[in-house]
Amino acid sequence: MTSPATNVANVAAGCAAPDQSAPLPSSVDLAKETVITGIVRNAEGEVVGGAYVRLLDGSGEFTAEVVSSPEGVFRFFAAPGSWTVRALSRHGNGELAVDAARGVNEIALNVATA
Amino acid sequence: MSRDTALVSAEWAEQNLETPGLVFVEVDEDTTAYDGGHIPGAIKLDWKKDLQDPVRRDFVNQEQFEALLSERGISNDDTVILYGGNNNWFAAYAYWYFKLYGHEQVRLIDGGRKKWELDARVYTKDVPVREKTSYTAKAPNLEIRAFRDEVVQAIGVKNLVDVRSPDEFAGRLLAPAHLPQEQSQRGGHIPTAISVPWSKAANEDGTFKSDEELAKIYGEAGLDGSKDTIAYCRIGERSSHTWFVLKEILGHENVKNYDGSWTEYGSLIGVPIALGDEPGKA
Repeated sequence: MTSPATNVANVAAGCAAPDQSAPLPSSVDLAKETVITGIVRNAEGEVVGGAYVRLLDGSGEFTAEVVSSPEGVFRFFAAPGSWTVRALSRHGNGELAVDAARGVNEIALNVATA
Repeated sequence: MSRDTALVSAEWAEQNLETPGLVFVEVDEDTTAYDGGHIPGAIKLDWKKDLQDPVRRDFVNQEQFEALLSERGISNDDTVILYGGNNNWFAAYAYWYFKLYGHEQVRLIDGGRKKWELDARVYTKDVPVREKTSYTAKAPNLEIRAFRDEVVQAIGVKNLVDVRSPDEFAGRLLAPAHLPQEQSQRGGHIPTAISVPWSKAANEDGTFKSDEELAKIYGEAGLDGSKDTIAYCRIGERSSHTWFVLKEILGHENVKNYDGSWTEYGSLIGVPIALGDEPGKA
């Protein structure tokens, strides 16, 4: 009965990123959280799992990093404002600027070899 | 200590997978990465299940550490080569831990899993079987572990290095931005702490920056080389990364990791908490 809350407590006990493709836990309050999420794809439009996706703040400072799920999904819990999302992968790199607002902000991130 | 005695490159690791006397160990909080593929021959340590006491809120004690390493087949004279995800946060934590219990030969793979992945090196799903050993740990070396009273005493006296992101330092976020933000601690930082996010010490591919770059980063941030240093973050693994840089790469003498970190400090009653981007006053 209390499993969703327990789940989040376990996540908060450490610093490793939660499962990136799992549904948002029901305890996450979208009126308060600013979620930046999306899918990493390569030049052929195929999803890229195992990419290192990093969130940089308005000054370009590193804020967080997750590994995209096998479906290419990544997700950050940020704050409203300007961010850059940057992906590094064995298929190349890519980045995108995002102006995030409270709630869910969905972006598409493409990587390609330079 | 120096880079040569504390780090190995991914290339060196790949060339030495079969070398006797080396034990490769992947350390993570979430070990599904290991299960999906790991460096050939590596065993795994689960940061939460293996390294934390299940009841007492602390990490495993000397006897538990001995039992764990014996069961995993690690001997006192093995060279332990650690790596992991999250830019080696948990591997650096384990490195600190092995040092705390007096293991002589420990190395980190520079860049950890990320560098291995970006270099497109090989993984395996084969789990090695190692013969049990009889491991003997030393009493914990508290010269590298800080506790809360000592941290409060250090305000305005020692170097306090807050290695969380700038927004966590200022109190605008309570956790790294890949985690939900609802927390029970109060936000902010320990007064007089300087803000040097752990990520400043790492290149984009997860490897550590050069000695010259590292010395410049901490010097410019106001780290006083004549004073003792305590590093902290939220739960003590990102600060292990910075402890590793200061103590093991740059060779500073007295550097402690405060593993209680913000999870503990931000919950204490009666201690001062500074808000905003400046260190604040003692």
